[in-house]
Amino acid sequence: MQIQSMHFKARAGQKLADLRLQQNLKKLSTKFVTGRASAIAELDDFEATRDAAADRRTRAIENLDVWLSTFEKEATRRGATVLYAETAEDASRLVVEIARKHEVKKVIKSKSMVSEEMALNSALEAAGITPIETDLGEYILQINDNEPPSHIIAPVIHKDKEEIAELFSRIHKKPLLTDIPEMTREAREVLRTHFLSADMGVTGGNFIIAESGSVAVVTNEGNEGMCTVMPPKVHVVVTGIEKVLPTLSDLATIMRLLPRSATGQSISNYFSLLTGPRAQGEQDGPEHMYFVLVDAGRTSLVGTEFEEMLRCIRCGACMNHCPVYQKIGGHSYGWVYPGPMGSVLTPSYVGVENAMDLPQASTLCGECHVVCPVKIPLPDLLRKLREKQFKKGLRPVFEYVAFGVWAFVAKRPKLYRITTQIATRLMRAMGNEKGLIATLPMAGGWTAHRDMPVPAGKTFRELNKH
Amino acid sequence: MRVGLLVTCLVDVMRPEIGFSTIKLLEAAGCEVVAPESQTCCGQPAYSAGNRDAARALAEKFLDEFEGFDYIVIPSGSCGGMVKTHYEDALAGHPHLLQRFAAVKPRVYELTDFLSTVVKLKNLPTAQADSFKGKITYHDSCCGLRELGVQQQPRELLTQRPGVELTEMKDARACCGFGGSFAVKYGDISAAIVDEKCENIHNTHADAVVLGDLGCMLNIEGRLRRTGDHTTRVLHVAQVLAGDA
Repeated sequence: MQIQSMHFKARAGQKLADLRLQQNLKKLSTKFVTGRASAIAELDDFEATRDAAADRRTRAIENLDVWLSTFEKEATRRGATVLYAETAEDASRLVVEIARKHEVKKVIKSKSMVSEEMALNSALEAAGITPIETDLGEYILQINDNEPPSHIIAPVIHKDKEEIAELFSRIHKKPLLTDIPEMTREAREVLRTHFLSADMGVTGGNFIIAESGSVAVVTNEGNEGMCTVMPPKVHVVVTGIEKVLPTLSDLATIMRLLPRSATGQSISNYFSLLTGPRAQGEQDGPEHMYFVLVDAGRTSLVGTEFEEMLRCIRCGACMNHCPVYQKIGGHSYGWVYPGPMGSVLTPSYVGVENAMDLPQASTLCGECHVVCPVKIPLPDLLRKLREKQFKKGLRPVFEYVAFGVWAFVAKRPKLYRITTQIATRLMRAMGNEKGLIATLPMAGGWTAHRDMPVPAGKTFRELNKH
Repeated sequence: MRVGLLVTCLVDVMRPEIGFSTIKLLEAAGCEVVAPESQTCCGQPAYSAGNRDAARALAEKFLDEFEGFDYIVIPSGSCGGMVKTHYEDALAGHPHLLQRFAAVKPRVYELTDFLSTVVKLKNLPTAQADSFKGKITYHDSCCGLRELGVQQQPRELLTQRPGVELTEMKDARACCGFGGSFAVKYGDISAAIVDEKCENIHNTHADAVVLGDLGCMLNIEGRLRRTGDHTTRVLHVAQVLAGDA
């Protein structure tokens, strides 16, 4: 996917001014934040489960190569083909090659964020193959001129029912509907013909399991079953190499947390564990099964201070709880992954210099760390990315000068004393009759929206006789 | 018990009265309070900006100034969080400094945490005659809450102050949108976040919002005033507890 993160500030400004979007984003707190809070209360020992989940993900990442080769061996033994892609483009090319090999005309897809990294749909289209998104949210986006998702699990969270109703009416050429079940039925009718006529199914993989060579797919719509068990003779799983779990027992632990953290559900409506293509004597399943395991920057995090990010299980809790995401939505972030996890992943995968705003555009409030089911210290990682920017000389010159002067003064108590005494008096003189400053030089971002209350007049250290 | 007061750079410059309320509270708890003259800033602005060298220099300066005290008390969750949860990282690679810090760390406390869990303050100091009375709502500052576990401590202490009635706002634990330089660099996003906080404050019909951090205080007060609310008071927990507000 083309990186647009350099336009963060401008886009965020547009999103803040979009009143309809602002209304739609309120669903995040009413639906996901409240939902998660009640779902985790069902677990006797949520914190211990989090510890266990983090440990199990860490164990997988620390020996990624070992678990991947175990996975490859087990999946191959069960008749699947395991392919590795170093870049997102390589991954797309592999999927196109598989499609060509099996003379595929139409591909049905269940939700996959990795396929967004790969820009898989445009690669398939360029090869003359029709991709159809079958996750309802992704389908809505696809028929809306291939709009990108704004959330990793709720891709159309930024839209309301009315907007989708208008879109359906326009694209499906049907009367305008107002009832959600009726709208869903209409989409199902359209999708059903695709399910029955597709030659290949592409799914993401929430996890791949080393000991059994399986893929676990979590959905709420059951469309992954249609993409893998129904007519398609070929099933291709595209997922990141970091999604490997050593054992099915690891999967059981993680699954206690994934739906709860994501949507506030004890368990998702559908959960598929798929192992190998259809074997002799079996009733269903694809004739051919492929795994395209995508690196696309992931191994560059192994062994670095950002390795913990690879534990991520893509639940979206960090963005649901993020005060910044709640105000600007996902599109402002400008690449595949938004919110706190995206603000770490985007600079890591596409280059720090291409996503300068993302690590900065956080209050570091820490709520993302608190809610992360695998305890990724997201604020610390954002801070480390800021450090990287600072060290590489990527910050504006003004920041280096200002920090240089500030640090010089702060290390010298006598000079600091004089400086603060002058600053206090200056700021006091700038205040109006209500004791407020309406504009401050070099802090326009503050005073455009807020007054600055004036200081008392003398510093604590001047007044303190202790 | 000798307590070193890290008054914090924002209290020093913007609201010195909070420093004096803090001293009053600590003295009421029987502490001998010293605010080292040479203190400046804990280094958090530098650390959060990724300027590790400046952060380490100021962390070292903190050690020089404060390691001799029985306890170190800070009337701010964010400076307290910096010292208690980030100094180890800021001092990384300097074993001697880390060793010194390890001896100091268990003695560092945010003010309400110290009053509530260490000295178990039962008798608040006498309030000034015209001190604040009325309905308050408490805003949890991010670092105090999530880095130091400060949540019940200020609330329990506030119930001891006669005439002060605590009512909870919606999402008291949600960030106010300050975030240090974030509020300047992304002023419009920050304003949208603080607007929600202000709305939640207004919905409680409280006379004052009480909190434990200067950053949140300036942000919330600045936004309330800009949007025409000149009556809701924004008070530091130390001012209300000391009966100085």
